[in-house]
Amino acid sequence: MFKLLEPNKIFQITSKAPGYVLFLFVVVLTVGLTEALILSPEDYKQSDAVRIMYVHVPSAWISLGIFSSITLLSVSGFIFKNKNLFLIAKSLAPSGFVFNIIALVTGSIWGKPTWGTWWAWDARITSMLILALFFALYLIAWRIYEKEEKVFKITTFITIIGIINVPITKYSVEWWNTLHQPASINILSKSSIHSSMLFPLLIMTAAFALFSLLIFLMKYNTELIKIKNKGLDRL
Amino acid sequence: MINELLFMNGYAVYVMSAFGFTLLSFLGLYMITKLQFVKEQSKFVAKFGSLNPEKANSAKTQRINKEILANATNN
Repeated sequence: MFKLLEPNKIFQITSKAPGYVLFLFVVVLTVGLTEALILSPEDYKQSDAVRIMYVHVPSAWISLGIFSSITLLSVSGFIFKNKNLFLIAKSLAPSGFVFNIIALVTGSIWGKPTWGTWWAWDARITSMLILALFFALYLIAWRIYEKEEKVFKITTFITIIGIINVPITKYSVEWWNTLHQPASINILSKSSIHSSMLFPLLIMTAAFALFSLLIFLMKYNTELIKIKNKGLDRL
Repeated sequence: MINELLFMNGYAVYVMSAFGFTLLSFLGLYMITKLQFVKEQSKFVAKFGSLNPEKANSAKTQRINKEILANATNN
């Protein structure tokens, strides 16, 4: 199965894909922004401040999803001794980190009109801040350590410790009394959000997912060329 | 409708700064990633150009090297 993931084979696809993904991202983002800023209704309680949800929630979802993927890839890479899985994980990290920062900043902006404060040491916000620190540690480790074996071990260790924080972030609103409301969207049970707000939220999530795919592809191609550059030095 | 969009019941400053920050972050990350890509690609082309014909032919047997060179000339 891992042979299908060989860089030499998939570069042909990954090198051409960014152009198409960028086009699709712009189209979906345009639809999403129109829905989020113009067509979706205001909330009966939060009024127009609720529109911040359309950038805040997808960013938080995607950053949590990316960190979980990075952990899975790193652990699999470590078990199966597959360098390419580490390369995929490394290429996912920058967009995950940026989405984490976006979730924190937009959450802070949303907090001011709804809670009356820019920041609170609430369980959800604090665990998201901790996640950002794990993302930063992961990215710094790739910059600091040059020996492959060492960087693979250290980044895998960081993700294994960091993944403990992911369920804490997800269930923090249920486990503790926090300023955050409980989840409005449930996969297994009925969601409490109205379809007029759910639809733009899903469109924006799709746009953000496309953006992270675009960054991943560009970063992955860069990493492959870096490896090939080293190969030319050895010739 | 334009007034509604600009004012947003007094919340426009919060909504627009949240959306603005998001879009600026996207633009920043895209530009940084693109620059890193172009830099590595140019380095590859320069290194490839400095190889002697024998080594260049040997390197060209790898499909990925051909792809990188082809993409660099297309960009």
